[in-house]
Amino acid sequence: MAAGNLVQGALFTVIVVRAGLLRDPEFGAELARQVERSPRFFRYAPVVLDLRNAEEFTRPEDFAEARELLRAQTLTLVGVQNALPAQLEAAAAEGLASFAPTAAQPSGRRAAATTAAAGAAAESEPAPAAVQPPAPEPSAPPAHPAAAPKTLVVTEPVRSGTQVYARGGDLIVTAAVSQGSELVADGNIHVYGALRGRALAGASGDAGARIFCARLQAELVSIAGHYLVSEQMPPELLGFPVQIALVDERLTITRI
Amino acid sequence: MSLICGEGDREEFLAKVVVVTSGKGGVGKTTTSAAFAAGLALRGHKTVVIDFDVGLRNLDLIMGCERRVVFDFINVINGDANLNQALIRDKRNDNLYIFPTSQTRDKDALKREGVERVLDELKQQFDYIVCDSPAGIEHGAITALYFADSAVIVTNPEVSSVRDSDRIIGILSSRSRRAERNDPPVEIQLLLTRYDPGRVARGEMLTVEDVGEILSIPLLGVIPESESVLRASNTGTPIVFDEESAAGRAYLDAVARFLGEQREMRFVEPERRGFFRLLFGRA
Repeated sequence: MAAGNLVQGALFTVIVVRAGLLRDPEFGAELARQVERSPRFFRYAPVVLDLRNAEEFTRPEDFAEARELLRAQTLTLVGVQNALPAQLEAAAAEGLASFAPTAAQPSGRRAAATTAAAGAAAESEPAPAAVQPPAPEPSAPPAHPAAAPKTLVVTEPVRSGTQVYARGGDLIVTAAVSQGSELVADGNIHVYGALRGRALAGASGDAGARIFCARLQAELVSIAGHYLVSEQMPPELLGFPVQIALVDERLTITRI
Repeated sequence: MSLICGEGDREEFLAKVVVVTSGKGGVGKTTTSAAFAAGLALRGHKTVVIDFDVGLRNLDLIMGCERRVVFDFINVINGDANLNQALIRDKRNDNLYIFPTSQTRDKDALKREGVERVLDELKQQFDYIVCDSPAGIEHGAITALYFADSAVIVTNPEVSSVRDSDRIIGILSSRSRRAERNDPPVEIQLLLTRYDPGRVARGEMLTVEDVGEILSIPLLGVIPESESVLRASNTGTPIVFDEESAAGRAYLDAVARFLGEQREMRFVEPERRGFFRLLFGRA
């Protein structure tokens, strides 16, 4: 039998935690706050440990410790990324998988990242969120201060099978979003075309985030972990311009 | 990883690599590859059509040269034969060559460096290199599209074909060599095949507009569903050689548009659709 029949690929949203933060005494409390804010997003969610600049993680015990710390917050450590060869071995000994680094932009689309409001004091501050959701990073030049809210602008159609993630800010798509694609943003999502794929706003728990689209045909919409699948959306709103917001813990879709 | 360095500029003056791809199987990639390559040859361009579907060799049958295959693409990639031993000249048109693949090997035999070397060699001899991609989005399909300058996306007017096409367009714009090198993007165009205006009018098939709206790429042509296509396949004749066939003429139109000509879309004409709408009473 050909290997192709045995191995199937799938895209998942995985939380990435910078390993250095685990040793920060404030991390536990900050993580607990985030989990409390959106328990549905975090409960039993898979976590990948980003080992960039965390050379101190060398022994299997270090990874066992990290696993316990995350488990205390209902999170499951599944793997590592950006590991040095020795780290990878230690992580593998603890049964952790190796994930590809996310620095390269997976979709290759020409997306422009703009700094909407550059906070003057932000220069030396690390990202305020201890927990950073998933894989594809926006193509934002790393030189930007991490704490400034950023808007990721995508001007080309988002094709089936691709995922676009606007870390720490809004995502604006000026083209159609195909079935089988996924938009993720920590802030709001705007789609000035048909939204036929999935859209997950407020991905790190911002319940005030909203989704706007010129034509609602989405497979799934989610804000801060609350979601609706296509079947649950009011049929009379399908095909119309709408906004989606979280009101009293319920996703509400209204015409605009 | 390139074997030949510093030749990026020269490629501009060499042959154009055209991949015929779809994601989904059974939509007409091989039929299109054969028709498209033959159409380019009929227009006077020296053209070779390569079968990338290693292990499921079909192009030789569609081109009617299955009894003349000695060496294949994989032999040339592995250096077991040279290009001219493997290329088969079409008996109907001197500009047209067929490059068959291996039926006994699998897609793993498609080594990217080897493919690049063979394509570079073909570029010395040909104006157009048409790559008949296998279905799927695995190694074979990725290798077929990796070196493309242009892509013809073959899509049937039905939802699963459209979604798979969308996926392959995404892969072309992110994982082709042009994308990796930040060169000008692959020129991607849509060819809608097996289009039946009657069934479209009855709402059983997506319209040209529906598909165009979802995929948002330029339309190269619409090939009407036609019995002559199956007949041509079974007799090993690219459909463009059948001058009676509407599908053959539609392919020639598509080739002309590919070469930059303006041609009116036939076989989806409003009069005809109007007629069908009247007949079947659908608004």
